[in-house]
Amino acid sequence: MRPRRPTLFFSFAATAAAMEAERLCRAAGQPGRLVPVPRQITAGCGLAWMASPEDGEALRAFFKAEGLEYEGCHLIEF
Amino acid sequence: MIYLDSAATSLHKPPQVAEAVAEAIRSLGNPARGGHPVSLAADRTVYETRRRLAAFLGCPRPDHVIFTSNATEALNIALFGLLGPGERAVSTDLEHNSVLRPLYALERQGLELAFVPADRQGRVDEADFERLLTPGTRTVVCTHASNLTGNALDLARIAELTHARGALLIVDAAQTAGVLPLDMTAMGIDVLCFTGHKGLLGPQGTGGLCIRPGLELRPFKRGGSGVHSYDPEQPAAYPTRLEAGTLNAHGLAGLNAALAYFSVVGRESLYAREHARMEAFYQGVRDIPGVTVYGDFSRPLRAGIVSLNLGDADSAAVADALATDFGIAVRAGAHCAPRMHRALGTEEQGAVRFSFSPFTTPQEVQAAVEAVKTLAAE
Repeated sequence: MRPRRPTLFFSFAATAAAMEAERLCRAAGQPGRLVPVPRQITAGCGLAWMASPEDGEALRAFFKAEGLEYEGCHLIEF
Repeated sequence: MIYLDSAATSLHKPPQVAEAVAEAIRSLGNPARGGHPVSLAADRTVYETRRRLAAFLGCPRPDHVIFTSNATEALNIALFGLLGPGERAVSTDLEHNSVLRPLYALERQGLELAFVPADRQGRVDEADFERLLTPGTRTVVCTHASNLTGNALDLARIAELTHARGALLIVDAAQTAGVLPLDMTAMGIDVLCFTGHKGLLGPQGTGGLCIRPGLELRPFKRGGSGVHSYDPEQPAAYPTRLEAGTLNAHGLAGLNAALAYFSVVGRESLYAREHARMEAFYQGVRDIPGVTVYGDFSRPLRAGIVSLNLGDADSAAVADALATDFGIAVRAGAHCAPRMHRALGTEEQGAVRFSFSPFTTPQEVQAAVEAVKTLAAE
């Protein structure tokens, strides 16, 4: 496997919220993309928005400004 | 064939609907069941359809648009999700079995039930809602328009009366979504149930309910959700709470294309065409000797439906003669609306329902009028 590195993930309560995150981020040119949610966040399944740690503050502010609800923001080795 | 059974399903649809379904079958994976490109493509299609429907029907949040396979499933989810033993609900004589049978099942479990009566033309008196909304009534559930007469109810007025008594309003918009003006927020509707394959011109197997934010419904079914797989409970967040199992992404792609068509052509212009065809047919048959037409045609807004009988002829025989001798497809019988037929006095005879669409032509209407004249004279 590839070497792991610190990565930021936003998790969501429903796939619909993940899709809204992708729509908003793409429209605004925000960095990141949807990926299967890592097991360190939840041992279930679903989607998470993955981005670089340095983009975390701007993304949190962006989601807040857009009123987008996310379950959690996680910094993990991925 | 002249197709005049659009109240059953839309046969004629914008061609892009079928094209979208075909493309979806070739290209979409399972929505909400993976992070690879074809699964995400399905997710995006489903979510775009939610957004279009939320805007089209006045639902404040796309994630409160819940997809089902039809209006019947949506109504079951709404009724069993909100009502229970010891509560009281008010409904009407206009209802389809998709409302009546869930209500009767709940009545057997201890729900108290009352019905607003309809007269011989299928009209209701809105004051009856006020009379029947006694203290403790939890919910009013009513159709937006009868699938038999086409008569529409004044939902804004009913919502006002319902909310004044602290009750909720559930609406069956099976005959009106895509046809009549419908904004759940502006009209005060708490749960709006719709189907995709009638007035919305989408594929069969699509439908859903729009839920006012803040309203909590119990899950109707439980199962795979694509999230929180180790949680023994169905996830609480909408829409996942009410959408166990794989969605019909292929059908929803078609519905999405139909909604895109509406955004270009406009519901108002489609309704104007459908209404004009219905009105022309009504004017053409209303005075034919031996023809009895049911319904109230005095109000400007109604579904594109004209139901009639020829003397005491069996409605099934009339429908068969129209199909075999004139190539005209209509619907006979009871139309899954037993209380409505009782109110009209047509329980034994049934009725012959002609229902129109924006794609019905004036020539088809004229042919149908001539066919009725011919049969009435026999």
